[in-house]
Order: sequence, then C-alpha cells, then structure tokens
Amino acid sequence: MAKKSVWSDNRFWQRSAAWITGFASILLIWLTFDTIPQITMGTDADLKQGVTKRVPGPTVINYKITYEMNAKRMHEIPVIGGMNAEGTSAFEEKELFFGRDDWSEEEASELLHLGKLGSQAKNCMDCHTLLGNGAYYAPDLTKAWLDPAWGPEGSMQAITGKSTKEEAMAEFLQHPSNYPTHARMMPNLGITEKEAHGLVAFLKHMSSIDTNGFPRNFGKIQGAVHGK
Amino acid sequence: MANNYLTTESKKLATWYFTFAAIIFGAQLLFGLVAAIQYVMPGFLFEIIDFSIARILHINALVVWMVFAMIGSVYWLLPDETGIETVGIGLGKLLYWVFVAAIVIVILVFLLVQVGPADQTTIWFITEGREYIEAPRWADIGIVIVVLGFIYNLYATGMKGNRSGIITVLMADMLAFAGIYLAGMGYTDNISVDQYWWWWVIHLWVEATWEVFVGAIAAYGLITMIGAHRKVVEMWLWIEVAMLFGSGILGIGHHYFWIGTPEYWWEIGALFSALEPLPLVAMFVHVLYDWGKMQGEQNAQGKEISVITNKPAFTWFVLNAFGNFLGAGIWGFFHTLPQVNLYTHGTQFTSAHGHLAFFGAYATILIGMFYLAVQGKNGIKIMKSTKKSIWATSMIVGGVMGMTIALTIAGYVQVLVSRAQMGATWAGYFDGQAGMWFAQGMDWRLLMGVITFVGFLILVADLLSIGKADHHER
Repeated sequence: MAKKSVWSDNRFWQRSAAWITGFASILLIWLTFDTIPQITMGTDADLKQGVTKRVPGPTVINYKITYEMNAKRMHEIPVIGGMNAEGTSAFEEKELFFGRDDWSEEEASELLHLGKLGSQAKNCMDCHTLLGNGAYYAPDLTKAWLDPAWGPEGSMQAITGKSTKEEAMAEFLQHPSNYPTHARMMPNLGITEKEAHGLVAFLKHMSSIDTNGFPRNFGKIQGAVHGK
Repeated sequence: MANNYLTTESKKLATWYFTFAAIIFGAQLLFGLVAAIQYVMPGFLFEIIDFSIARILHINALVVWMVFAMIGSVYWLLPDETGIETVGIGLGKLLYWVFVAAIVIVILVFLLVQVGPADQTTIWFITEGREYIEAPRWADIGIVIVVLGFIYNLYATGMKGNRSGIITVLMADMLAFAGIYLAGMGYTDNISVDQYWWWWVIHLWVEATWEVFVGAIAAYGLITMIGAHRKVVEMWLWIEVAMLFGSGILGIGHHYFWIGTPEYWWEIGALFSALEPLPLVAMFVHVLYDWGKMQGEQNAQGKEISVITNKPAFTWFVLNAFGNFLGAGIWGFFHTLPQVNLYTHGTQFTSAHGHLAFFGAYATILIGMFYLAVQGKNGIKIMKSTKKSIWATSMIVGGVMGMTIALTIAGYVQVLVSRAQMGATWAGYFDGQAGMWFAQGMDWRLLMGVITFVGFLILVADLLSIGKADHHER
C-alpha cells in the first residue's frame, strides 16, 4: 500500500501556516525598521544643511514650498526653498508665515504639535482625507497648502478679506460657515485663533512630505476643462 | 425567554454579545443613513450632527458590533469545540457589562460632545480623531483589559478542554487581533509615522486577523450545519491561514504607497495585495465544494433531503463565501495596484470597496452566527427559513450591492474628473462632486441604504420570531 501523502496531512499544513505567517511577520518587522527611520521627522539643522528628508522638520514653515515634476523620479515631489539644478529642494528661498520667516525649532514644533492635535481633536479625517486617508465628504488636505484657491490668484483671500494664504486659511478655519463656497459647508468646530494657526502650520508641513507623487498633477490644471 | 435550551453559560453569554451586536448594527445603519442623506441634502442636521459625527458613529458602530459578534461567536463555539464549559465564565460576564458600559459612554460622548480643544484631554476623553479607532484613550485601555479577559477565557478553555484545530487557530488569531490594537494607541506629531502604525491596526485587522477568524467560523459552521468532516475542514483552514497571512501581512504595503513611506512599498504592496484575493477564492470554493460533497454523500444513501440543519444561517455563510471574494477580493483588487491607486486613493471607489467588503466578509457570517444562536437557544434540530428570513436576506444583499454599484459609479466620476482632469484641488474636488453621475450615484446610494435598513428591520423581526415558528424540526 502506498504511503499516506504529506499533502493531505493536517500537521504539514499547520506547520506551513506557522512558517509562512512567521516569515511574513518577520519581513514586515524588518521593513518597519527600514521605513521608520526614513519617515522620522527631520530637524532644523537638516533644512539649513540642505538635507532632504521625506518628512522635513517643523521649521519647514519658514520656507517656500512648491510641488514640481521630477525628471528622475518621474513624478512630482515637494520642493523646499526653491529648486536647485537637479530639480530638487535648494532650501534657500524663505517665505513669511504669519509675518515671520524665523520661527525657531521650538516655536515651530509647538505650532505643529498644536495643529496635529487639533486635526485629531476636531475629527478632520472624518470629512477630509489626509495623505488620502479618511472620509470623502470634503477635499483632500495632503497638499491643501499648495491649492491655487488659497493663493494670490485664487478666490479665498478675497472672500475672507485677508492678504496672505495663511491668514485666509486661519480665518476660514475659525468661521467656516461664514464663507460658504458650496452647498456643502464646513461646520463651525470651535477652532480658536491659536489652534487655527497650528492647523495651518500642520497643513503647510504636510504639503512638504514626500508622498511619492500623490496627488498627481496637483494644482497644475485650473479650469482647463468643464468637469461636468 | 421562557424556553431556553442552552445548557452552557458560555452560550448564554454568547447570546448577550449577539444581542448588543445587533443593536449596535442598527445604530451603524441609522448613522450611515444620516451621512448618506447629507450627501444629497447638505443642510441636513448641519451643525447638529455633522457628517463627521454621523460617519464616526457609522464606522465605529460597525467595528464595535463586529467585535461584539466575533467575541460572541467564540463564546458560542467554545463548548462545542472543547467539550467543556468555558473557564472563567464569571469574569467573561463581568467584562461584558464593562464593555457595554464603555461603548455606550463613548457613543454618547461622540454624539453630544463631538469635538474638543487641541490638547491631550481631548485625546484621553473625547476623541482620538483617527478614522475607525476614534475611541478616546481611556476607552482604548478599557477595551484592551476586556479583550485580555476574553483571551484568558479562550486560552484557559482551549488548554483545559479538547483543543481542536479551529480552537488552535482562534487562539493564535485572537491574540494577534488584540495585540495589534496596541499599535493604534499612541500619539505622534508626525502624520506619516501616525498613519504607518494606524494601518497596522486597520489593515492587519480587516485584511489578516479578521479574515482568519472568518475562516475558523466558516469551518465551525460547515461542521455543525452540514456535517462536513473535521479532518477535511481543518486541513482547508490551515491552508487558508497560510494563504491569508502569507498575502495579507505584507499586503499592508498597499497602504504605504502615498503616506510618506519609501517607494519600495509600491512593489511589495502591489505583489502581496494582488495575491490577497486568492485565499478568498479558495474559501468560496471550499464552502461550496464541501456542501456539494456532503449533499452528494447523503443522496448516495438514497436520502433526497437537504443536509443543511440551519437554512437561514447557511444561506448567510454561503453569502459570506461569495461576498468576501467579491467585496474584499474583486473590489479590492480593482484599485490595489499603485498605477491605479494613484488616482483612486481616497475617492468613493474606496468607499464602494469598504461597503461591500465589510458586508461580504464580515456582516454576512456574523448574521449567520446570530441564526445559529437562535437555533440553539430554541432547541431546534433543523431550522428552516421563513418568509421574513428570505425578505431580509434579499433586501440587505440587494441594498448593499446597490450601494456598492452606486458608489463605484460615483467613484469613477471622481477619479476621472477630480483627479485625472482637474488634478485633485479644492475646485477639482467640487467639480467632481457636482458631476451628474456622481450626484445620481449618491441618490441611488441613499435609496439602496434605505432598502438595506428596512431589510435590517425585517432581519431583527425574524431573529426575534423565527425560533417560535412551527415548521422547524425539533
């Protein structure tokens, strides 16, 4: 009589399941050890020395940020402080943020901390998406800082009566239902002026994160097509 | 409740868990309807129950009722599998009330307090504001304690009684399920690191440990409802565990395409998540194959009657096999490759997948467990469907499928208009939302949601009355 096949043996499959699960888990943990240092927040020194980080330090709010197509990576990347010859961040060009471009590491960290906490305390991601994750009832905020609607050509500065992007955003966040843009409005969430400044810093910082080119073509096409 | 045929305390506790699960299931659908109405009429309950609050309640109620029904399912099958009463059942009952009280408080705070100031007290007592696991930190700690108690019951019973293959899988799976929750409890200012660990909870729950749980429950159901051979069923179960964890654990990479994590996750995420549907195909084949095999064996003996001892429950188990494959497998695969996901990420497409996957993979089999509990509680040998069971099943399945299709069409509009044409800005977003097909999709979603909700009401009526029907074999 032929011997019983291993393929119909429960012990064999039990062991296979254990080995495969163990192997996959170890791989995930190993990859985590590689990924976490790569997405750990950079520092002010990194920015000053021109070290590109996937998640820059909080003082990135002192710099001009844009989102440019990179020929080498073949998708858009955040460009901080102007572009250098290689098409990446030059870390030179500064930009006023609430009237200052010399926010210290401590001040900027505090502002970002307030903003990130605020984004959770106000349940932002239950209407919006952040880095594409969340709810789909309101626009994605990943690169909201770079949205032309808030820029000098956009309508939001005029609507809120403010002359800078950050002031317009902060004003809108404090009194969203005063500035309805569509039938679907953002509700008043009791956001204070300080919290609003934190939230805008959080948004500006988020726009500097290297998201591998998501969202594609952000802010490049304006009214070129009739969307309906 | 006069005639209670349950002989073990474990099964009685299971029925408590199922009852609370069904109530929260109702709350999930109700707040889903509120959110669906707001897409059609944006002024509805504005600044009273805003979309964010309706949605928090919709998705958290979803998670909570499923966790309750999952714990209930384990308490239900423990005595059958191990042959003994669950160890530490007194503790289990105490923890049940702690859990219920915690959930009720969390729901009331979400509903009445809603948001807090931007400081740590909000994170501790009001909301953590992280999708699916918004529960404040005090509740996180409470949930961990309750689940640890449940794990103790499971391990103590499994080690004292007969530790079957199903129990072994559940012991390993439930420990991982609980342990992973810890990854979602921390706070960081770094949104990329935040989402990295957040996905450990969400993904490793719904695309790994929960799926293995479903495999174990399906195995139990096949043995109890159609008399499938344990040896065969458990061998399949181990193969499914290997396939589910083998693809699902590294399949987490498909959430790491765009959150700031390195580009190598494109390849890892694409490869492993593309494999994720395979075990779901296997599970579908397995359930139908075993059913055919057992029916064939019976027919060969000259008996032309069904092998199924619980028609409504088995219906839901078969719907699970198919729904899991369709909702999690097909709808997931649609947008799992990075080339596609670049445009579909964070659109109604995800929402379509979410609806059909949670329903197909989890709601179905847990409703099946409700029916198994009704059968056991009423001492029924062969339970047959009623008109209500059939109406409830048809309306819920039709309603969820309808919502999924409507959301998929809305998602296409969003992908094409907001993303591809308009480059994902604020203006682009609203241009997509104003699209005719998008708006019609939202109308249909609401209509189908109402059908689902009516189906749910009939389901509850059926669960409460089917045990007393007189056409069953007792």
